[in-house]
Amino acid sequence: MTLAIRRKRVGSLGPGAATALAGDRLTIDIDALQAFVAGRDERIEAVHVHIAAPGESVRILCAKDVIEPRVKLAGDSPGEGTTLILDGVAVVTTGPIVGFQEGVIDMTGPGADYSPFSSLGLVVIEIEVRAGTPPHEHEAAVRAAGLDAAGHIAAQCADVVPDRTDDLAWNETDVDAALPRVAYVDMLLSQGLLHDTYVLGRSAIEGLPRSLDPRVAIDGGIVSGNCVSACDKTTTWHHQNNPVITRLLDGHGKRWNFVGLVLTNVPTRLAEKQRSAERAVALVRELAPAGALVSKEGFGNPDADLMMLLRGLESAGIRTVAITDEYAGPDGDSQSLADTAPEADALISVGNANAKLRLPPMDRVIGPLPDVARLAGGYPHSLGDDGSLEVELQAIVGATNQLGFSSLSCREI
Amino acid sequence: MVKEFERAGIAAAHICSIVPISKTVGANRIIPSIAIPHPLGDPAKSPAEEKALRRRLVERALEALETDISEQRVF
Amino acid sequence: MATGRIRVVHYLNQFFAGVGGEEAAGMKPEWRPGAQGPGRLIESSSDALEIVGTLVAGDNYMAERLSDGVAQALALIGEHAAEGSPLAPDLLIAGPAFNAGRYGLACAALCQAFERSLDKPAVTALYPEAPAVAGYRREVMIVRAADSVLGMNDAIAALVSVGLKRVRGAPVSAATDPIISRGIRQNYFAEAPGAERALEMLLDKLAGEAYETEYAMPEFDRVAPAPPVRNLAEATVAVVTSGGIVPRGNPDHIEAASASRYGEYSIEGLDRLTPESHQSVHGGYDPTYANADPNRVMPLDVLRELEREGRIGRLHDRYFATVGNATPVERAVRFGEEIAAMLVNVGVHAVICTST
Repeated sequence: MTLAIRRKRVGSLGPGAATALAGDRLTIDIDALQAFVAGRDERIEAVHVHIAAPGESVRILCAKDVIEPRVKLAGDSPGEGTTLILDGVAVVTTGPIVGFQEGVIDMTGPGADYSPFSSLGLVVIEIEVRAGTPPHEHEAAVRAAGLDAAGHIAAQCADVVPDRTDDLAWNETDVDAALPRVAYVDMLLSQGLLHDTYVLGRSAIEGLPRSLDPRVAIDGGIVSGNCVSACDKTTTWHHQNNPVITRLLDGHGKRWNFVGLVLTNVPTRLAEKQRSAERAVALVRELAPAGALVSKEGFGNPDADLMMLLRGLESAGIRTVAITDEYAGPDGDSQSLADTAPEADALISVGNANAKLRLPPMDRVIGPLPDVARLAGGYPHSLGDDGSLEVELQAIVGATNQLGFSSLSCREI
Repeated sequence: MVKEFERAGIAAAHICSIVPISKTVGANRIIPSIAIPHPLGDPAKSPAEEKALRRRLVERALEALETDISEQRVF
Repeated sequence: MATGRIRVVHYLNQFFAGVGGEEAAGMKPEWRPGAQGPGRLIESSSDALEIVGTLVAGDNYMAERLSDGVAQALALIGEHAAEGSPLAPDLLIAGPAFNAGRYGLACAALCQAFERSLDKPAVTALYPEAPAVAGYRREVMIVRAADSVLGMNDAIAALVSVGLKRVRGAPVSAATDPIISRGIRQNYFAEAPGAERALEMLLDKLAGEAYETEYAMPEFDRVAPAPPVRNLAEATVAVVTSGGIVPRGNPDHIEAASASRYGEYSIEGLDRLTPESHQSVHGGYDPTYANADPNRVMPLDVLRELEREGRIGRLHDRYFATVGNATPVERAVRFGEEIAAMLVNVGVHAVICTST
């Protein structure tokens, strides 16, 4: 299997008469995009498209998912053929809230330091569904609309000359035997409505754990249906740009031998958690690694799944490092994880999600304002009279992403 | 919270889905339940079966409250 | 009096101030102008500060009546170096007290009281295992000292550098300064993304090289089990849930995550919870099932049955609910303490607590 990645850097983004790339400026035909998204799904009542640029005084509320615009130029399935990526821009879905846990993206100010999306040009798709649409259908409609919009934008730019093309090779056999064998375990949240992930179109509640070609994972094989706390949900964009996989592929054959990816889920029953952890460990053992890196999604009960994995891997002689965020309270003096294990002796912290932040008012707000108090990490009093917001980092999309995309960390003082 | 009840001398049974977390936070009388979104129920069962299941869990919690223990125990 | 220097009040026990040994340990706090004993080393170690006065007190006097002794010491500062006066301190330095029990306690307690009442920084120096450390490290800035007076020079240097930083508002952290960690987790931006740090740590771990975990496993507080209920048929049982089941409309506005409050709700006369009467406001799980039948989280229906059958004496007619989702443990402890106090008051014998 070969996968060619073509990248085109988008320098600026704005509305225009057509959705097209000219030089490095991407224009969006807003009316046409609205009509395209609305026409794809009869559950959708109305679509409003907004543009938000880095540095602009804009706040996006109730952001649900973020998707990188990509299109397959050759091949049909994730992980093969040729994929064109528009770098530097992303599609964000928003709209009246489905559940409790959707997040904030500020394009400037102190909040912008915490989200990787504040530095991208964003095409925000605000979606209203027809009255009476059940919550599961609502979520599905919004999820599909984001993917469709991102694919549509990239498809309009299919003939662009890319800045670079990379062939993603991944061949275990030619690797120097002296390099350490390293596996990667990617935990996907899978707990029902607003807490789910989709692997090759199928809910991660079923069919996991499994091995997957890492190139499939970053080429559209994993889609987020998860709106758990914005800070540590793995958005579709994060799956597409999984920093563990891209680095492991980069250093493969040079610094280590990347022997494979195992996807595991995070079920809601204890017995299923134990079963998933055992099967994931068994799949990792088949890869015969010396070490494994584990990334988490969500917090609270997934901490228990993480500890089961670390115990299982370490007792199988596989040395582990895991990436986690912390919930140490607003003052940082509370216990950070819901579960612990002595085997968890090498953890990377991507930040305390309870840390508070005051977000000053913005000139423009996209998304349903009254829903802010219901965001996880938002308080009933979090909306100031002047339009400022007092939130925990929890509410900011991607702030403590547990794939380790960002540089935020936490230490004891 | 459970721990604070016990600290105050009130026997407290913790019915919870994820036992390891309950052990970590320090509950003493732990009763494993069904699943996170429905700890005391199972939507896959008939209403009568589901209620019987719930009753068994609560009865087990009552037994835990009556039991003399010296350290954490999962009932 | 030189101008522009940082003004320091220094605290010493009777021994280091040169008053005497155990025979003088009962002395009340006294004010001495200028530097005494180790205070002279502090002054000579930096041109940036001067010691305006030294508080001296006996170890026994302070240990036996700590809050009185501390209040007297603060009163002496008010008397000799009041706010607004030319001697008003910018900083309190206490000790170094090394591994001393009574002296260390007095130093830490005085630092805490000084910061609280004057809102100015204070710093002391203790051996990390000194008895006062555990109780005060969260609130008091303690620099590391050796376990004996042999470490005097290092302790003084640490006191001065950390003290000056604090007066100047510069950040102080266990990662960069010679202080005893306060056990507080603080965010910062690292030089590399988490994924990169993870891979480097894994390579170090595989190569058998030293690495430092970014979150060390905590030690847990355990509580001895409460005695069992002897006769449930005569007992009052209360229900508490962290599963976010509240009366419809969420009258107390309990948050979906990081709950800052809990609610107390009547179940008097209610035989079971219904989708019309109650709902889930928990943001951490799919609420479909709990909303369809809230008894799946808060089992009122079977508890009423068991009450009617006489298996339990009485179900307390109010239940407590909060949302256990990203809720800091410290806050859950406070909820638990408050609810426990109420339950003890009304004579509840046992609690059933449900979590999702």
